[in-house]
Amino acid sequence: MVAQLTRSLLEGDRPALARALTRIENHDERAREIIASIFPATGNARIIGITGAPGTGKSTLVNEWVKVIRAEGEPVAILAIDPSSPITGGAIMGDRVRMQEHAGDAGVYIRSMASRGKLGGLANATRDAIRVLDAAGFPYILLETVGTGQSEVDVAQLAHTTIVVEAPGLGDEVQAIKAGLLEIADIVVLNKADRPGAAQTLRSLQQMLALGSSRMEADGITHHTGDHGVNMTAEKKPGDAAVWIPPIIQTVAREGDGVEELWQLVKSHIEYLQVANHMVDWNRRQLAQELKERLENQWLERFRWHMNGQAFQQQVDRLAEGSIDPFTAVDELLNHTLAEVLESSTALTGTHKGGGAR
Amino acid sequence: MSKHPVRILIAKPGLDGHDRGAKVIARMLRDAGMEVIYTGLRQTPEMIAEAALQEDVDLVGLSILSGAHTSLVPRIREKMNECGLEAIPLLLGGIIPQDDYESMQAYGVASIFGPGTRADAIVSEIETIVSKSKQ
Repeated sequence: MVAQLTRSLLEGDRPALARALTRIENHDERAREIIASIFPATGNARIIGITGAPGTGKSTLVNEWVKVIRAEGEPVAILAIDPSSPITGGAIMGDRVRMQEHAGDAGVYIRSMASRGKLGGLANATRDAIRVLDAAGFPYILLETVGTGQSEVDVAQLAHTTIVVEAPGLGDEVQAIKAGLLEIADIVVLNKADRPGAAQTLRSLQQMLALGSSRMEADGITHHTGDHGVNMTAEKKPGDAAVWIPPIIQTVAREGDGVEELWQLVKSHIEYLQVANHMVDWNRRQLAQELKERLENQWLERFRWHMNGQAFQQQVDRLAEGSIDPFTAVDELLNHTLAEVLESSTALTGTHKGGGAR
Repeated sequence: MSKHPVRILIAKPGLDGHDRGAKVIARMLRDAGMEVIYTGLRQTPEMIAEAALQEDVDLVGLSILSGAHTSLVPRIREKMNECGLEAIPLLLGGIIPQDDYESMQAYGVASIFGPGTRADAIVSEIETIVSKSKQ
């Protein structure tokens, strides 16, 4: 059944694509099989992330942008993430309201995705959902994050090109110099540039980015930097292509102004990635990060199985009596649990429910 | 299969411009833990069918206040069937005369919610419909 689904998916069948995305999103038992069988067909799409505070006009910008991409004849997929309620788990996803002009165009596929408790501006299943769209043959995937605050920077891990959308009047200069979103931008868009205060916002953004790029040049570091520990920084070597300095572009998305120019900028960023092996490095970094996350999750899942056992309760008792301190309690538990995990890994799989691979 | 939120499309077909009811319903379903894809006003049957397909929803809720349900619902059903969505139930909300209830069922309308329907009644009805259609 999965074989049939993935075959149709790879042939570009839309109902199959829709069903596959649902399975991925629900972490259905077939999700893993789907990814395993489409994995060789992935890696061709260019992924463009669009992030920014709520109300900066991300959906409107995407709507206009899709027109420009479609005018060139290429199909495009849009994955729009909206927040799930932390209280009820429900979500209202309204991105389609501003993307209606593409109804009836078979070259446009729009999918709304609720964040389902994941912080960081994306959903847990976003990475695999992108893979499914990639395998379905979309050369461009626009990934629109939830309306973000200051720390939702996960999109930069998945997108080749990250666009941060700003708008006038959302905050003073201090907001602009705070750490966060701007640091992950490959391109900064000042949308609603016809609004009062746009000139001042533009100045703040320019100053902020000028500081950022001179710092990077001084450090000899290429643009994609981060503290994720998987070789996110690279020494700038002689002969490297020029360092990408994030440009700022002004748009009025509602009127379509500046959107064509934005698309040209994105294309030149993609070209920049393709020279001097930036794209190869990018892919390796991304895969290393994914492997790390999946390993962490698997470890956590295995440990969690042991986390409420007798040994754990004993340590709680000892903590309550005051006969042990929390640090020692953790050390002892870790040693104990590690021994148990190793034992269960070498034993036949299935003897520990939840101990084996899902 | 793991339990996951109900996915429902809420659309407002036809030309009348009153979407407060549809928004209230969307909000209510969100508060009941459902994932609501809200498409807004003036949706054509084609747009609704296409959105239902791309979003792979469990059901489609339509808000119709204009009295045009007798022409809109058959066309929406037809477009959905063309997309292979025969099995996706429709829900109707708004002003639908009692006399039309039976004819609407023929187009796969699983439930009709008139003015004054209680929120919890709508939620439990939807849950029943979804669990039935998944069997």
